[in-house]
Amino acid sequence: MSSDRFRARPRRLRSAHSSLAAQGEPWVWFTAGSLATAIALIVGLLGYIAWRGARTFWPVPLERLTLRAGGDTLGEVTEREAAAGGQPARLLLRVANFELTGRHFEWFDEPAIAATSRPEWATAVERLEGGRFHGFPQRLVHGDEVVAEGPEEAWRAFEREHPPVRRRFRQALRIDRVERGDLQRQLRAARLAVVQAGLDAPGDAARRGAAEAAEKAVVARVAAETQRLDVETARLREENAGWALEFRTAADDAVRLPLDQIVRAWQPNRLSLTGKAGVYLSRWGEFLGDDPREANSAGGVFPAIWGTVAMTLIMALLVAPFGVLAALYLKEYAGRGPITTAVRVAINNLAGVPSIVYGAFGLGFFCYGLGAGIDELFFKASLVADSQPTFGTGGLLWASLTLALLTLPVVIVATEEALAAVPNSMREGSYACGAGKWQTIRRIVLPRALPGIMTGLILAMARGAGEVAPLMLVGVKKLALDLPIDGTFPFVHPERELMHLAYLIYDVGFQSPNAQAAQPMVFTITFLLVAIIALLNMAAIWIRSRLRKRFVSQQF
Amino acid sequence: MQAPTEPPRDDPAASDRTGDPRPAAPIDRLVAVAAGGEVAAEVHDAVRQEVPVLEIDRFNLWYGAKQALHRITMPIPHNKVTALVGPSGCGKSTLLRSVNRLNDLVQSVRITGDMRLNGDSIYDPRMDVIELRKRMGMVFQKPNPFPMSIYENVVYSLRIDGENSRPVLDEVCELSLRGAALWDEVKDRLHDSALGLSGGQQQRLCIARAIAAEPEVLLLDEPCSALDPIATGKVEDLIQELRGRYSVLIVTHNMQQASRTSDYTAFMYLGRLIEYGPTTDIFTKPILRETEAYVTGRFG
Repeated sequence: MSSDRFRARPRRLRSAHSSLAAQGEPWVWFTAGSLATAIALIVGLLGYIAWRGARTFWPVPLERLTLRAGGDTLGEVTEREAAAGGQPARLLLRVANFELTGRHFEWFDEPAIAATSRPEWATAVERLEGGRFHGFPQRLVHGDEVVAEGPEEAWRAFEREHPPVRRRFRQALRIDRVERGDLQRQLRAARLAVVQAGLDAPGDAARRGAAEAAEKAVVARVAAETQRLDVETARLREENAGWALEFRTAADDAVRLPLDQIVRAWQPNRLSLTGKAGVYLSRWGEFLGDDPREANSAGGVFPAIWGTVAMTLIMALLVAPFGVLAALYLKEYAGRGPITTAVRVAINNLAGVPSIVYGAFGLGFFCYGLGAGIDELFFKASLVADSQPTFGTGGLLWASLTLALLTLPVVIVATEEALAAVPNSMREGSYACGAGKWQTIRRIVLPRALPGIMTGLILAMARGAGEVAPLMLVGVKKLALDLPIDGTFPFVHPERELMHLAYLIYDVGFQSPNAQAAQPMVFTITFLLVAIIALLNMAAIWIRSRLRKRFVSQQF
Repeated sequence: MQAPTEPPRDDPAASDRTGDPRPAAPIDRLVAVAAGGEVAAEVHDAVRQEVPVLEIDRFNLWYGAKQALHRITMPIPHNKVTALVGPSGCGKSTLLRSVNRLNDLVQSVRITGDMRLNGDSIYDPRMDVIELRKRMGMVFQKPNPFPMSIYENVVYSLRIDGENSRPVLDEVCELSLRGAALWDEVKDRLHDSALGLSGGQQQRLCIARAIAAEPEVLLLDEPCSALDPIATGKVEDLIQELRGRYSVLIVTHNMQQASRTSDYTAFMYLGRLIEYGPTTDIFTKPILRETEAYVTGRFG
């Protein structure tokens, strides 16, 4: 009977080979294909940004087009279109010389072009105002005196005379912006001190008198100082005045450019590779280290780099303790129950709230609420005398706080996961040694969870550094040259407005009057922003790997 | 869990054929326990004559509605090694974790009865649990060194007590590591991470950590179950050395380990204490046949 149960029965097989589904070969291809597509898209995006961003400053040859209809133009070929659908082939030329041509770029049909050439002395000039200029140098003049005649002589003289002129120009600029700005601030502080005295003790004539006397002293000192600066800047401007480079454009107009208005000039058709690299690096240097000009579409982005990095770091410093403490309570102290679950769901939902909402909240709560309160208490004088809020408007601190709020859910969720990953045996081991709950958390759980917490912080930083919408409401401005840390007492100014690279992308790319000329700049700024975020992340990852080595076992 | 030596079903007529009752099955008590009955524990006189460090007194414990320990009453002798043996799920570990009240961390646990450590009631509501745990050391199944240096691991219990004097810590560290037979292996890298040690070294480090606070009783919860045979041998040697200096309560799955390392052995089954006596007696001439059946490997 029992032998019946185990009688051998041949197994039925449909085929001699295992089926496709069993081997699963297509699934390997399918999953690998998805990953490859994702990687290709990401690498493609980053590569495109890097390629467009990195070549913005590379000197491009200047082409002289002679048109069949007559007339010559000189410019950089920025785009070519093949003939299609009855349209002839055409090219886009950066013609520059906006004050003469009325445009920065122009399309030319290829059949209409009689000849193209790359003239040796063709010169590209970056001007302080008015955009790019293309032309041929004729002579260098100083007042009525002609210093050098002919393109070669004039160019050599220009290369000799331009640096000192630029140096004097920068010196004058520095005096105007920094030293005069400082004097203005001193005046304002003295004036506000008088107002403050009136507010503090309306009847106290002695105190008011003292403040007024102090103000008078400041006014006198500032007047003397201003006079000295006036003399200084007048001398610098005097020395620069008269120096000019005279050009002839391709259209045969004569143009005279004052030397101190020329930021940089180069002759791309003559430059060797090292010469081009020199121009390239010099333009990068200006981009990274200088203030913007021409509505942000030229010059540097230094204040924006500063603002981005400072805001991201302050945000990280603010969000880390709040997020970690909140997660600690949720994970280690709070009991399991419907309320905890509800809180957890709410936190996850917060991560999905559109960022502009955080911006609106930051403006309403931080700026108009907290900030206005601070102004009322500590900066009343400015409010009364100038009706100018100090903390009651957007600024670095409020922007950082708003972003901290925005990234809080990310940090809480990541920290909770990191805490959950700490083995319970470690907690028990600590309790068995007679440690209390907080001692266990501080000495065992937190160090062990630190790498995971850092991961959350890295995600938060990446998210925060790339935000634009909320920042527009809480302190990021198109132009804010005063950095939040400078030499003016009290040296740190968290109430100051700031510039931000991500906002700059929007501003330069879509708000610029000269969008086409600014387009390469948009790619460069994007490239820079991505690079900065990558750098910040790499620093955090480096710290995390060190922590991991210290606190997490490789055993078991 | 079911006692596996029930009469074979396919031969219901066997006892009828012989005509007389079978010799008393060696597992009568175990069958009775499995059926929910209570049986008195067989405690040898030798145990009662020892000075107890820890007295477990009519201790009951429930996880929610399920009772895990039934009226356990057993004295743990001073400066002796006492082994708890029994099949999986018999409550050995639960009993051990009740001694230092680690079960407090589990929400659904409810207890009655008491334990006394050198006369102090452990479950007295006025007892400070943290102070209580400082009087005991515990070593777990899996080595659980803390994410810090070897040195800091050993002096952890002193650190949380607020002891920061370098000479004191140095001395305790060396004494404990010597006591755990680890000193020679780690004396040159005390300030390296403890996580770089091998599994066996980590477990001995945990023992060093447990004895650093001069515990009144040392609780070992299957300390060798995650170790390879060589590391196991070293830890067993260490337990031998601890005998006479510390009161050790060890839970083990391994009969040989119990017979090699302990002075007294308690056999537990389904939350009850069945027999408790000197190890040599338990393994060679137990009073109960149930115990003999278990220690000779006939079930369990």
